[in-house]
Amino acid sequence: MSDIGIRVFGNQLAITIRVVARHRVAAVIATLVLLPWVVPYEALSVNILLFGLYAVGFNLVYGYTGLLSFGHAAFFGVGAYACGIAVATFDVNWLLAIALGTIVAGFVAMIMGGLAIRTRGIYFAMVTLALAQCVYYILYQWTDLTGGENGLRGVSVQAVNILGLELNLLDPMTKYYVMLVFVALALWIFSRILESPFGAVLEAIRENEKRARACGYDTLRTKWLAFVLSGMFCGLAGALYAIHLSIVPIETANYTMSGQAVMMALLGGMGTFFGPFIGAAAYLLLEDVLTLWTEHWQFFVGALFVFFVLFFPRGIWGSLLHWVQR
Amino acid sequence: MFHSGLQLLCGLVFGGELLHTWPKNALAWEPILAFVDIPLQLWALQIFTGLALGSVLVLLAVGLSLIFGMLAVVNFAHGAFYTVGAFAGVFVFGLTGNFWLGLVAVPLIVGTIGLAVERVLLRPLYGRGVDYPLLLTFGLSYVVVDAIRMIFGKVGLPLSAPAVLQGAVNIGIGYFPLYRLFLIGAMVLIVSGLWLFLEKTSYGLIIRAGARDPEIVRVLGIDVSRVWMVVFGIGTGAAGIAGFLSAPMQSVIPEMGIPVLVQAFVVTVVGGMGSLPGAVVAGLLVGVATSITVMIAPQLADAAMFGLMAIVLLLRPQGLFGHRGLME
Amino acid sequence: MNRQSGRNYHEGQARTSRRSVLKTAAAGATAVAVSPFMFNIARGASDAVRVGLPVPLTGPYGTEAREQARCAQIAVDEFNAAGGLNGRMAELLVRDDKLNPGEAATRTQELIEKDKVHFVCGSLSASVQLAVNEVCKARGVIYMSISQSDEINEVRDFSKYTFHEAMNPHMTTGPVGRYVFPKHGKRIAFLIADYAFGHELVRGLKREGKQYGIEVVAEVKHPIASKDFSTFMPQIQAAKPDVLFLCNFGYDQLNSIKQAIEFGFKNNMQLVVPVLLYTQRLVGGAAYDGVVGGTNYYWELENSIPSAKAFNNSYRKLSNGSPPSDYGAYGYSGVSALLAATRAAGSTDADKVIAGLEALKYDKYKGLQYFRKCDHQSVQSVYIIASKAQAEVKNTYDVFKIVHSEPAGEGILRTCSELGL
Repeated sequence: MSDIGIRVFGNQLAITIRVVARHRVAAVIATLVLLPWVVPYEALSVNILLFGLYAVGFNLVYGYTGLLSFGHAAFFGVGAYACGIAVATFDVNWLLAIALGTIVAGFVAMIMGGLAIRTRGIYFAMVTLALAQCVYYILYQWTDLTGGENGLRGVSVQAVNILGLELNLLDPMTKYYVMLVFVALALWIFSRILESPFGAVLEAIRENEKRARACGYDTLRTKWLAFVLSGMFCGLAGALYAIHLSIVPIETANYTMSGQAVMMALLGGMGTFFGPFIGAAAYLLLEDVLTLWTEHWQFFVGALFVFFVLFFPRGIWGSLLHWVQR
Repeated sequence: MFHSGLQLLCGLVFGGELLHTWPKNALAWEPILAFVDIPLQLWALQIFTGLALGSVLVLLAVGLSLIFGMLAVVNFAHGAFYTVGAFAGVFVFGLTGNFWLGLVAVPLIVGTIGLAVERVLLRPLYGRGVDYPLLLTFGLSYVVVDAIRMIFGKVGLPLSAPAVLQGAVNIGIGYFPLYRLFLIGAMVLIVSGLWLFLEKTSYGLIIRAGARDPEIVRVLGIDVSRVWMVVFGIGTGAAGIAGFLSAPMQSVIPEMGIPVLVQAFVVTVVGGMGSLPGAVVAGLLVGVATSITVMIAPQLADAAMFGLMAIVLLLRPQGLFGHRGLME
Repeated sequence: MNRQSGRNYHEGQARTSRRSVLKTAAAGATAVAVSPFMFNIARGASDAVRVGLPVPLTGPYGTEAREQARCAQIAVDEFNAAGGLNGRMAELLVRDDKLNPGEAATRTQELIEKDKVHFVCGSLSASVQLAVNEVCKARGVIYMSISQSDEINEVRDFSKYTFHEAMNPHMTTGPVGRYVFPKHGKRIAFLIADYAFGHELVRGLKREGKQYGIEVVAEVKHPIASKDFSTFMPQIQAAKPDVLFLCNFGYDQLNSIKQAIEFGFKNNMQLVVPVLLYTQRLVGGAAYDGVVGGTNYYWELENSIPSAKAFNNSYRKLSNGSPPSDYGAYGYSGVSALLAATRAAGSTDADKVIAGLEALKYDKYKGLQYFRKCDHQSVQSVYIIASKAQAEVKNTYDVFKIVHSEPAGEGILRTCSELGL
C-alpha cells in the first residue's frame, strides 16, 4: 500500500473521529441505532446498550470527577430491584417502574455519597466498596421482597403501549429500540450536564481539587451531586436490565459488577463521551466471542485489561482522540 | 456536617436489616433468648476458633498492609497470590511428598513471582496516579486465577496435613483440631520473624525509612525501587504462605482466593493500612468477631464485617493503628 | 477558559462540512458491511430439531457441566441414529452460562431468538434454572431442568412449559430420612447452607423425622461458598448429636466434611449428606469414608438394570472406560425424554410436545420414569449410598455401595395442592 494511500486513510479516519467527537450525542445514538445489525445476536446488543449506560454513569464520577468508586453495583442493583419488584410484586406500570428504579437508585446514591464524599483517593474506593456490600447483603437477606440468592423472577413486561402503538417487547429488535429511546434521552441529559457550568466544575475538581476549592467552588456539594446523578444513570440502566432479562439476579448488586464498570470505563476511555460504550461493547463482545473458542476467556480479558492499563490508559476511544489531536 | 447523620444512618441501616430478617425466622430469636444459656465452655471454644480463623487473616493482612504502606499500592491480586500459594504447595507436595518443605518453598516461589510482577508490571505505573496500580492488580487477578485453571485444571486438588498434625486434641474446653493449633503457632512465628526483620535488621530499617520518606532514602544512595520490589515480594510471599497453610482445611480450587480478598481488605482497613501491629490485632479481632457473630446472629455475620469496615473508614479512616493521610 | 474552548481542547477541532459528514456515513456503512460479526459461528442448521443447553462450563462446576453436555450429546446421537424425527436430525447447542443467572438469561435469549431452538435443557444451580425458566416460559419454549430445586415445582415459577427431570430436595430427603433415622439415633444436628436448597433439605428431613420422634439438637447455618467451617463446629460439638446432616452441595460439602473430620466428628456421630455427589467423592477421597447420602444414580446399577448398562456402555465409549456420573445422567435422561416426546408427538410444536411429555413413560437409565401432570416433576427412583472405606475400594470408580433403593413413586413428592397447583 502506497505511502500516500496510508496518509489518506489516516486523514479520513482522523476526520471521522473528529466529526464523531464534535457531535457526540448524535454520533453515539447513530452508532447505537446500527448496533443490533452488527452484533451477533440482539440480546447481546441490548446488554451492550445497557452496560454502556451503566459505564457512562460510572464515568461521570470517575472519568469526569476523578473519584474511583468501587460501589456502583449498588445503584445498578437497586435500580434493577426497585423496578423489578414494582413490576413483579406490585403490578406497577412499566414506565412508572423504570422511573421508580431511577429515583430509588438516586436516593441510595444520596445516602452513600453523603457518607463517602468526605474521603478521598483510595479511602473513597474502599468506603464505596464496603457500603455497596452492605447494600448487597441487605438485598440478599431480604428474601421475601427480593427472592434472595435465587433472584427476583416474574419481571414480565411483554407488551407495552406507547402513544397508542402496541409494541411486543418479546421481539428482540423492538425491545432494543424501545430501550434505545431511554438511553438516548439519558445520553442527551448527560451531555447537557457536561456542557453546563456544573460539568466544568467537575472537570476542574478532577484536574486539581484544591485549586477548584480555592476558586470558591463548593467541591463537596458538587461531588455529592455528581454521585447522585451518576447513581441515577446507573439506576436507569439497572431498571431497563430488569425488564430486559425479566429477572433480577442477586449478582447485579455484587462488587464484581462494580469491577465490571471500572473495566469497561477504562477499556473504552475515561473522561470521554463515547468511551464507555466502546468499552462496554469491547468487553462484552470479547467475552462473547472468546467464550465460543476457549473456556479461558477470563485470562484473555484480564490480560487485555492489564495491557491497556500499562500502555493505553486512555482506553480505546481516548487513545484515538489523543492521536487525532496531535 | 455528616457525623450525627452518620450515626442516625448507621442505626437505620442496621436496625432496618435486623427488623427485616429476624422476625420471619423464629429460630433467630432463640439465640438472643438463649444468650445466657450458652455455656462458658462453648464461648471459649468459639473464641479459640476465631483466633485460628484470624490467623490466616493476619497473614494476609500483613502482606497487604506492607505493600500498601511501602508502595501505596492496593493489591487487588492478593487473593490470587493466596491461591497461587496453595497450588504451589500442592505442586511441591506432589514432587517431594514433604509438607514441611512446602512451608519453606511456597513463600519463596510466590515471593519470586511477586518480585517479577512488581518489576515488570507495577514499576512503569509509579507516578501516574494512585489508581493505576490498583487497576492493574485488579486485571492481574483474573489473569492469575485463569492461568492456575489452565495449569492445574478446574477441579479441586486435595492437600493433606502431615499425619503428625492430624486429629483433634482436648484443650480443656473441648476438642480442637491439632492443625488449627499449629496454624496459630505458625502465624505467631511468621509474624514475629517479620517483625524482627523489620525492626532489628538494617534492611528492615531501610524498608521502614523508605515508607516514611522515599526521597531522602534515595538521596542517601539506596535504590528505592529495588526495596519496593523486595517488599512486594515479601507481601505476596505472606499471602502465599497463608494460602498454603489454609489448603489442608479446604479443597484447593482456583476460586478460593475470591472471598478471602475482601476479608483481607476489611482487616487491613480496620487495622490501619501500613501498620503491622494493626494487621495482627485487626486480623485476630475480625476472626473472633466473626466467630462470635456466627454463633449468636448468623445472618448478620457477613454484613457486620462490611459495616465495621465502613464505620472505621468514616469515623477513624486511619484504622486502629495507622497514620493519617496515608491514602489521600 | 470558556466552555467552548474547553470542549475543543478535549475533542479536537473540526469544521463541519457536508462532505465530512457524508464521508463519515459512508465509512460507517462500509464498516457494517464487512463486519466480521456477520459470519455465524456455531449456529444450527435450518430444519434440525434444536435443543439448547446452557451449562456452567466455566466456574467451579465446570466438570459437572461438561458431564451434562457430554451425556446430552449421547442422547442426541441415539435419537439421530434411530432416524430422528421423520428424518429431521436433532442438534445440541451448548452454551456457557458461567453459573450466573444474568448470563444464563442472556444466553437463553440468544438460543431462542438467534438460534431458534425448539427446546432448552440445563443447567446447574437453582438460581440459574429459575432464570432460564423465566425466559423460556415468556417465549413459549419448553424448558427441561436438570438440576435440583424445590421452587421450580411451585406455583410462582411453574408454567406449562416447565419440566423438571432432576429430583428436588424434598424427594431426596424422604428416603434418606427413612434410612438414617431408625438406624443411627434420635439426636439430630443440621449444618445448613444458607440458601433455598439447604433450607428445602432441612424442611424435608424434619418432616420425615417427625414420625421417628427425632430431637433437633443443633441447627447451624453457613453462608454458601464458605471456605472455613470451623466457626460452626463448636456449637455442633457441644450439642452431642447422633447424626449430623450436611445440607449443602458441591465444594461446600467437601470442605465441611473435611473440617468436621478435623474436629473429630467422625468418631462420635454419623455424617449424612442428603445429596451426595459422585464427582465430589472422586475429588475428596478418604474424607468421604463412611458418609451416607442420597443420589439419583450410581453406575453400579448396571448390575441390576438393563437400561443403566446400556447408558454406561454408550458413555464408556466416549470416555475411555470411565462410567458416567449422577449429574451427567440427568443430562442424558432429560434430553432423551424431550426427544422421545417429540417423536411421539410427531412435531416440534410446543403444545404437542408438552402433551407428549405428560403422557410419556420412559426408562432411560434407571428404570421407569414419568412426569407428574400437575407440576411436571419426573417421578423416579432414589438411591441411598454409603461411601466405601479406602480399603474396600477396588478401582478408581468403585466409591459407593448402594445400601437402599427407593422405587419410583409419587409418595415421596409433595402433594399438588401443597405446591399450589
